[in-house]
Amino acid sequence: METVLETKGAFKAFEGFVAIRDVSIDLEKGEKHAIIGPNGAGKTTLFNLITGHLELDSGSVNFEGRDITGTPPHRIVKLGLARSFQRINIYPRMTVFENVQVALIARDGRSFHLFTLGHSLNRDETAELLELVGLMAEAEEVAGELAYGKQKQLELAIALASHPRVLLLDEPTAGMSTAETVEAIKLIEEITEARGLTLLFTEHDMGVVFGIADRISVLHHGELIFSGEPDRVKEDAEVRRVYLGESHGAA
Amino acid sequence: MQAKSKRTLWLTVAVVILLALVPTLGSKYLVDLSTEILIYALFALSLNVLIGYSGNISFGHAAYFAIGGYSCAILLTTYDLPLIISMPAAIILAGLAAAFVGYFCVKLTDIYFAMLTLAFGMLVWAVAFKWRSVTGGDDGFVGVAVPEFIGDRYSFFYFTLVVVTVSSALLWLICHSAFGRTLVAVRENRMRAGFVGVDTKRLRHTAFVVAGTFAGIAGTLFAMYNRGVYVESAFWTESGQVLIMTLLGGLYSFFGPALGAAVLYTLQVSINQYTEYWPIVLGTVLLVIIMFLPDGIVGLVQRIRSQFARRA
Repeated sequence: METVLETKGAFKAFEGFVAIRDVSIDLEKGEKHAIIGPNGAGKTTLFNLITGHLELDSGSVNFEGRDITGTPPHRIVKLGLARSFQRINIYPRMTVFENVQVALIARDGRSFHLFTLGHSLNRDETAELLELVGLMAEAEEVAGELAYGKQKQLELAIALASHPRVLLLDEPTAGMSTAETVEAIKLIEEITEARGLTLLFTEHDMGVVFGIADRISVLHHGELIFSGEPDRVKEDAEVRRVYLGESHGAA
Repeated sequence: MQAKSKRTLWLTVAVVILLALVPTLGSKYLVDLSTEILIYALFALSLNVLIGYSGNISFGHAAYFAIGGYSCAILLTTYDLPLIISMPAAIILAGLAAAFVGYFCVKLTDIYFAMLTLAFGMLVWAVAFKWRSVTGGDDGFVGVAVPEFIGDRYSFFYFTLVVVTVSSALLWLICHSAFGRTLVAVRENRMRAGFVGVDTKRLRHTAFVVAGTFAGIAGTLFAMYNRGVYVESAFWTESGQVLIMTLLGGLYSFFGPALGAAVLYTLQVSINQYTEYWPIVLGTVLLVIIMFLPDGIVGLVQRIRSQFARRA
C-alpha cells in the first residue's frame, strides 16, 4: 500500500502541557482510519498540526511524499488535503449556496479576481455538491439559520469543494441525533467510495468507528498507544485499560 | 438575487440622472452641497470595502483621503503638472501608501488592527502638519491650480459626478466579484476561509489597498473642490466621521455608506447654520446607530419591509 499522509515524531506542548507526544501515524491510500481517545487525548490538536493550523514543536508531516511541516493551511488545502471541524465552522451570514461557492472559487484560484463577477461562478458544481450532501432545497437559506445537522452537512460540502484526495473529519457526527448520525455516516461512506477518498477521522461514537474504520489508532494523553485493525483494538490490554474500559462498557 | 441587482442598477441610474439635473434647479448652494456629498459618498464607499466586506475596522482611513488630496494639489500647483498626470499619480500614491501601511496592519486583527490604522493615520497627519515647506503645515496647502475646464462650480460638479459614478461602479464590481465574495467569507469566518485555500492575509491586504486607493480618488476631488488641502483632512476625527457615515447608512449593503454620507453631511451643514456644537449632534447620531440601528438606515428599511411582507 501507498502511504499518503504521515506524521513522524510529532510533538506539541502548550505552555508546558504536552498535548501531542512523539506521535507517528500513517495513512494508507484509500483507507478509512479512525483516531479515538478520551476527551483531551489530543485528537483535534493532531488534526490542527497536520493541517497547518498549529505549528509543530518538533517532528514532521508528510503528504504524498512532500514535507508539509510549517506550510500554512491555505497551501495545504491546495495540495489536496481538506478538513472539516468538530464545531460548526461555516460562514453564518452567507447563503448555503455561497458557502460552497466560495470554496470552489478558492480551489480554482479565483479568490483574487477583482473584476470577475462572483455570482455566476461554479454554479453547476456548487449545485452538484449541495445535491450530494442533500442540501439543495436549502441552497438559498442563510447558513447560520440551518438546523445543526444540516450545518454539519454543509461543513462536509465545503470540505469536499476543495477536491481533496485526503479528507480529515473531526467528529463528523458530534451533536447529532441517532437518526442524523446514521444518515451522516451513510453519506460519508458513499462519498468516500464514489470519490476514492482517503479518510482520517475522529469520532466519539464507537458504533460509528467500528462500523466504518479499516484501521483504528488510539490516543491517550497525547501518545499513540495503539494502531491496528478494529478487531484487534478491542483485545489490546492497554487500550482496554485506558479507554474502552469501564466507562464505555464492552464497546 | 438577480432581480435585486437589477433593481439596484435602475435605482442607481435614476439617482445619477437626478443628480445630473441638480444644476438646472438654479441653486448654487445645492450644486455645492451635491458635490460635497458625492465626494464623501465615495469616501464612505471606499471605507466599506474594509469594514462591511472584509470586517476590518479602520480608524485611519482619512490618511489616504489626505494623501490623495495633498499629492494632487502639490502635483497640480507646485509642479504645474496637467490633471491627466496629477490625478492618476495622486491616486496611485494613495494606493501605495495603503499598500505600505496595510502590509503591517493585516498582520493584526480586530482592535489591534484598528489601533494600528489609527497610529499610521496620525503619523500621516503629523507629517502633513510638520512638513510646512511642502504641505503648508497648519496653514494648509492653499491656492490649488485647478485646470480651467473644471474651474467653475458647474463643470466641477459634473466632473465629480462622472468620477464618483465610475469609481462607484468599479467598487461595486470589486465588491461583487469573486474577490468580493471571498472577502465576505473571510469576514464571516477567517479560519474557515484559510482552510478552503484562501490566503486570508493577502486578501485583506488587497482590500486595504482597494479601500485606500478609492479614498485617494475622493481626496483628489476634495482638494480641487476646496482649492486647498488642510491638515484636518488627515486628523483622526475625519476618519471617525467617515466611519459614522458608513455605520449610519448600513455596512451590510453596498450603497448604504453613500446614503449615510448624504444624510450625515446634510445634517452637518444644516446644524452648522444654527450652532457650532456639531460634535454633540454627531455623538447623538452615533448613539442612536449603536443602540437602535445596528445595520444602519438600509437595515432599518429592510426590517420594515420584511415586517410588511410578513403581514401581507
